[in-house]
Amino acid sequence: MSLAQGTYYVPHESRWPVFGIPGIALLMAGFSVYLNGGGWGFPIMILGAVITLIMTVMWFRDVVHESVAGKYNEQVDMSFRQGMAWFIFSEVMFFGAFFGALFYARVLSIPWLGGDDAATSQFLWDSVLLSWPTAGPGMLDVDFTAMGAWALPTINTLILLTSGATLTWAHHAMKENHRKQVIIGLALTVLLGATFSSIQAYEYVYAWEELSLRMDTGIYGSLFYMLTGFHGVHVIIGALTLFVILIRVIKGHFTADDHFGFEAAAWYWHFVDVVWLGLFVFVYVI
Amino acid sequence: MSSATDTAHHGHDHHHAPPYGITRWLFTTNHKDLGVLYMSFGLLMFFIGGAMAMIIRAELFQPGLNLVDPYFFNQMTTMHALVMIFGAVMPALTGLANWLVPVQIGAPDMALPRVNNWAFWLLPAGFVLLLATLFMPGGAPASGWTMYPPLVLMLGDSFPFLIFAVHILGISSIMGSINIAVTILNMRAPGMTLMKMPLFVWTWLITAFLMIAVMPVLAGAVTMLLTDQYFGTSFFNAAGGGDPVMFQHIFWFFGHPEVYILILPAFGIVSAILPTFARKPLFGYSSMVYATASIAFLSFIVWAHHMFTVGLPLAGQLFFMYATMLVAVPTGVKIFNWMATMWRGSMTFETPMLFSIAFVLLFTVGGLSGVMLALAPVDLQYHDTYFVVAHFHYVLVTGTIFAIMAAVYYWLPKWTGHMYDEKLGKIHFWVSVISVNVLFFPQHFLGLAGMPRRIPDYALQFAEFNMISSIGGFVFGFAQLLFVWIIIKCVRGGEKVTDQVWEGAQGLEWTLPSPAPYHTFETPPVVK
Repeated sequence: MSLAQGTYYVPHESRWPVFGIPGIALLMAGFSVYLNGGGWGFPIMILGAVITLIMTVMWFRDVVHESVAGKYNEQVDMSFRQGMAWFIFSEVMFFGAFFGALFYARVLSIPWLGGDDAATSQFLWDSVLLSWPTAGPGMLDVDFTAMGAWALPTINTLILLTSGATLTWAHHAMKENHRKQVIIGLALTVLLGATFSSIQAYEYVYAWEELSLRMDTGIYGSLFYMLTGFHGVHVIIGALTLFVILIRVIKGHFTADDHFGFEAAAWYWHFVDVVWLGLFVFVYVI
Repeated sequence: MSSATDTAHHGHDHHHAPPYGITRWLFTTNHKDLGVLYMSFGLLMFFIGGAMAMIIRAELFQPGLNLVDPYFFNQMTTMHALVMIFGAVMPALTGLANWLVPVQIGAPDMALPRVNNWAFWLLPAGFVLLLATLFMPGGAPASGWTMYPPLVLMLGDSFPFLIFAVHILGISSIMGSINIAVTILNMRAPGMTLMKMPLFVWTWLITAFLMIAVMPVLAGAVTMLLTDQYFGTSFFNAAGGGDPVMFQHIFWFFGHPEVYILILPAFGIVSAILPTFARKPLFGYSSMVYATASIAFLSFIVWAHHMFTVGLPLAGQLFFMYATMLVAVPTGVKIFNWMATMWRGSMTFETPMLFSIAFVLLFTVGGLSGVMLALAPVDLQYHDTYFVVAHFHYVLVTGTIFAIMAAVYYWLPKWTGHMYDEKLGKIHFWVSVISVNVLFFPQHFLGLAGMPRRIPDYALQFAEFNMISSIGGFVFGFAQLLFVWIIIKCVRGGEKVTDQVWEGAQGLEWTLPSPAPYHTFETPPVVK
């Protein structure tokens, strides 16, 4: 039920959160069965994914309708802002785990295994010398080439930085009510995001086939694919979100001083941007 | 945003009574309903995890392999921990937060009610996955709840279910915590400044921050396990340049804040109950807030004290030893404040007060054995013995669980409008407090004498203390059925209580009618 008295707004109950729960359970259980070698897990997984997707779309749909109907007051707006900020903080910590693994491998475990710490290396792989990037002391016969910073990752860095600029341009235009500029800026951002993902896909194929760099080529390959992979997934989600926002802009859902949906997507995009800068420096350059 | 709000838009009028039927509970966004759901779920899991503990204590009743297969024993120790941590304690505390935070800060509901619903219903989904593993080929996870590789990679079919169950429970915790943090920061009634908030609210704000910070790290760690198992990565494989010890670092970077996630809300509960029954304001309110924040900060820089025996560099051992000992300072501040609160108070000893006093005494026992374990040279002896088991059960059972029980007795009259059966409550307390010490205190001796944890058999010299411990365990376990009966009895009827319920109770929730109506503080109260 909808309650709106005084300064408070309490949204009415919703069936979508619960609708999605079996979806998530089926997605995870189906994937588990599939990983255990049961082929029948795959269709279950797809079914779960579809249910989860329907939940996401319908839930956001309700929220968009309520927002457009002007039901959200300033306090709700602030709750959304804080909620989004906390969510991005949790994402930062998720990436932190993988960056932590990267630093641990480079600063500690590779030197230990590769001879710096005799107490470790002489009992495991004696007189093996390792330097980053490496496939590890037990996979010395694995031959791969590391993905350099030039040229694809540098191009992608420029693309992502440009997309941050076009998005900020769109945001300023939004605040000044220049609708056309908002649409152009957002469309450019989405296009740049799609370009980034395409180049990354090409980079993966290139690394996999030409450089023989795979997830199973030791710690470097593991970290390379997991860090850039999770980032890549976030780019796709961010670009899809911005695409939805673009449609909402075209439909006229936002005003110069009421456009939190836009801002939330923009925050997310900038977060993804910053993660990439960390990746570019620590995975590709150094 | 526009402040225009029209309730007619959806054609609903102002229903003040809850809707009927199963859909009320499925679709509810009401913080009181969700609080009830969370706490009921916690209670159910408390008994499932408790049944596993009974199996463990039955096997250890006598030396020798008596009752269950050793591999099944390992499943029980693993599942007992996972069920109790993620199924019983965390949901029970989140349920208390749901029920109490809005009424303690004068908010109409949680800030993100639908997220609240979603976060709760993810829990049954996660536990369906986790508990289903008990019936799978290879059985449930048996690696210990810490999931150390390479052992955890040798599980049967349960492995991916374990990983994804942890993911789902993690998402639930993060969403629940975001909701609680936003509620506290954004939904306070006018005049309810941060430093006027009840300590339960403060401790939950800091707990929510910890959960949002570390649950994603756990998600990252278990994701690396998954890819190591199925996608050929080498995070925890030394041959590929990784390190199994790295898992322990990442896991305990989550795991140590996690144990403070389990205890901080309990601090808040006790800080609410002691002043009521001592009829004195809490001693040192602001120092309590700063102590809680200090504990939270320190929780991020002490993780490797769980790893003193894996071969840390000396500098690492020293750093983590001293950092861990520092935790005793803010914790000591808290215990001092609780005692000072009771000092020369007009104390009465109703059941919530009894549980709270037992908390102060017995949590301190667990805290002091924690300081012993913090000492790296000493820990080399104690590591992975029953001393550790005794330590964290004093903190978690006589600490957190006792605080949760105190909270239930304390606020049950507010929730139901009825006084619980005080006589039965006192019996429940005394049986529990005696049996829990019979259960866990001898485990200190067992551990100091060298009995390893997580092993189904033991040397003959440990027989007496194990039998005593098991007897205590059975009594404690069955005594909790009385707890359920007291709750059911109180829900169904009993002496009507006043709005304030307790003579010395202070705070916004006691200004509400008992039982509190379905919607409260629809117009914000003004806090002076």
